[in-house]
Amino acid sequence: MSRDINVLLVGVGGQGTILASRIIAYVVQANDLSVKLSETHGMAQRGGSVVTHLRAGEEICSPLIDEGQADIILSFEQLEAWRWLPYLKKGGMVVVNSQVIYPVPVILGYQKYPENILEKLKKNIPRTFAVDALALAREAGNERTVNVVLLGVLAKNLEFDQSFWLQALESILPARVLEPNKKAFLLGYQES
Amino acid sequence: MEKVLMSGNEAIARGAYESGVKVASAYPGTPSTEILENVARYEEIYAQWSCNEKVALEVGIGASIAGGRTLVAMKHVGVNVAADPLMTLAYTGVNGGLVLVSADDPGMHSSQNEQDNRRYAKFAKIPLLEPGDSQEAKDFVKRALEISEEFDIPVMLRTTTRVAHSLTPVSLEEPGEVLLKEYIKEPQKYVMIPAYARVRHKLLEEKMSRIKDFNDNNPLNYIQWGDKEIGIVASGISYQYVKEALPEVSSLKLGMPYPFPENLVREFAAGVQKLFVVEELEPFMEEEIRALGLEVTGKEIFSATGEINAEMIRERIGNKTESAPVKLEDYSGEEIPPRPPVMCPGCPHRGVFHTLKKLKLIVTGDIGCYTLGCLPPLEAMDSCICMGASIGAALGMEKANPELKGKIVAVIGDSTFFHSGITGTLDIAYNLGSSTVIILDNRTTAMTGHQDHPGTGKTLKKEESKAADLHRIVNSLGIERVTEADPLNLKEVKEVIAREIESPQSSVIIFQKPCALLEKKDKPLVVDEEECSYCKRCLDIGCPGIMNDWEAEKVQINPDLCSGCSLCQQLCNAGAIRKAGDNLE
Repeated sequence: MSRDINVLLVGVGGQGTILASRIIAYVVQANDLSVKLSETHGMAQRGGSVVTHLRAGEEICSPLIDEGQADIILSFEQLEAWRWLPYLKKGGMVVVNSQVIYPVPVILGYQKYPENILEKLKKNIPRTFAVDALALAREAGNERTVNVVLLGVLAKNLEFDQSFWLQALESILPARVLEPNKKAFLLGYQES
Repeated sequence: MEKVLMSGNEAIARGAYESGVKVASAYPGTPSTEILENVARYEEIYAQWSCNEKVALEVGIGASIAGGRTLVAMKHVGVNVAADPLMTLAYTGVNGGLVLVSADDPGMHSSQNEQDNRRYAKFAKIPLLEPGDSQEAKDFVKRALEISEEFDIPVMLRTTTRVAHSLTPVSLEEPGEVLLKEYIKEPQKYVMIPAYARVRHKLLEEKMSRIKDFNDNNPLNYIQWGDKEIGIVASGISYQYVKEALPEVSSLKLGMPYPFPENLVREFAAGVQKLFVVEELEPFMEEEIRALGLEVTGKEIFSATGEINAEMIRERIGNKTESAPVKLEDYSGEEIPPRPPVMCPGCPHRGVFHTLKKLKLIVTGDIGCYTLGCLPPLEAMDSCICMGASIGAALGMEKANPELKGKIVAVIGDSTFFHSGITGTLDIAYNLGSSTVIILDNRTTAMTGHQDHPGTGKTLKKEESKAADLHRIVNSLGIERVTEADPLNLKEVKEVIAREIESPQSSVIIFQKPCALLEKKDKPLVVDEEECSYCKRCLDIGCPGIMNDWEAEKVQINPDLCSGCSLCQQLCNAGAIRKAGDNLE
């Protein structure tokens, strides 16, 4: 059971969290671990806060990660990392895209977007990796590779060999978007 | 054997394929939608979207009588719609096996209630199977069909959101050959006049008694002995939580919780010191256990609302925890703005709700993306109960309180109208109502992920079909005043609604514009900072593409989100909003 890995992928509906979780699942399975994923569908997807639970290990029963039990939070947006932080366990790691997407109450001026989230994250969680994934995705030639940039950062911090990740990209992504995604992955990998 | 990661819904579809299902039907609804979308990928199975769940089940009944194995899928509240045929189908029984998938939604991730449909199995007197992961979801479809055929009875397969939308490993098998059964005319079995139904009801009671005996020795139900101080009865996803939380205790897993396997439960209870039952929502198994005269702890420690998780079980039964939270400084959950779902930028519903609010109308609402019109800043919805309820409710309001006459509109989507809006509209026409019905026709079933429906002219299998004509349908129901208008033209929207609401006759307005997610985006709009007077009128529509920078006292448009729909431009008195690249006049 010592190899159990709990990754909580959080973001905003439409950011590609589900695809990212499938890629991690592929890598985990290629390393002979069992995996379970749990996703958000339906109403919440319309620009709402979305979360995918990914649990890997020798034997996994529950598909859900409970509060205080995530090894890693992989966040596609600052505020979402902050929102889901109580799910992280002591000694856990946060990989966070520094991108800001305002929720509607902020857009309308009802509520403030919390200030200095990245600083506060770093203060609370020594293992915080903040990365401007949107900039790196642009550098890779496709803005929609934000999710794969973040996977690159994550990959550097997990025990699985890089080759598994590249293999996962090749088998899951359509050929026409493979190159920018590989580039995005490596940019993220180097960044961390 | 090859193991593939599949969602519960994909696995149910695979199960249908492997067990030779001939016909599958459904109406989309979270968390069940992906079942039929996946079934449709198997050429061997005829699969269709029905107009609603009642028709879906009736199609299934016909397919079964004709001798084919059949799968019908729906969300929990869909079973309410299909309950009429279901209750009598239990009497008639089947020819080809029939499995009804009910996808329940504890916690209401995407539903208006969290009813526990295990009660329907007991109510209708049919067997109930509850898978806890995708492997079981696939295997249980096959078992359900076999039990259905062996005992001549429909079988309910009940999943929950966490089973339907979790991906877990599945071993695939090749389909065995299942032949169509012979069709035999048997009016005494299938024509439920009282004389025949009385016989069938007796037979059903006898069948259920036999199935109960069968279920005491059913391998889907099994005991795992461990520490005998604690024994836990669980089924479905709750069993996974129990194994995760307390793998050391004794457990009784019920893959088929109804009819309740009494002898097996008694045996288990006798072997443990303290008996618990872990189940989400209703005390379904708990009541059965208590009826046996056994002592059990269940709803005293687990709520009848929302979901359960492993940590709750660890704490409440095992008196321990695995949670090791980080000590957070400077952290207040209350300061974190929520991120509720919203209508997308460019959504054709937005302008209609903005106008309804401005006109201060009473709006009876319905189920779909447009239900989001109840939230600030649009806040233009007074009720939302179930599919189709908007229309009858509008009529009821004006009949109860004549002062409300001329102030009520019913709002319903296109797919929802085909589902159950037609009869309500007919009721308004027949009963001389004056309410105005607004059909928000975005040419798809949007909320569940863009499924086709009778109005789109395409079937689930993507065949070209005859597109139902809303205008002509409404006319033929007896409503002469039907107006079609552009929902992205605010002036037109306001004029049409104001005119139709004044009319003493009943009327229907069809606002037709495809869902913004299906359309190519137009050039984004920009705000001219010089011209902007910060009147904030553009913020009234609650578009996520418009940002209120209250410190700088400016509004900005996010070019990545803006679809160029121009609603905000139409609201701007200062003329400060225009297409990117256009020159200021």
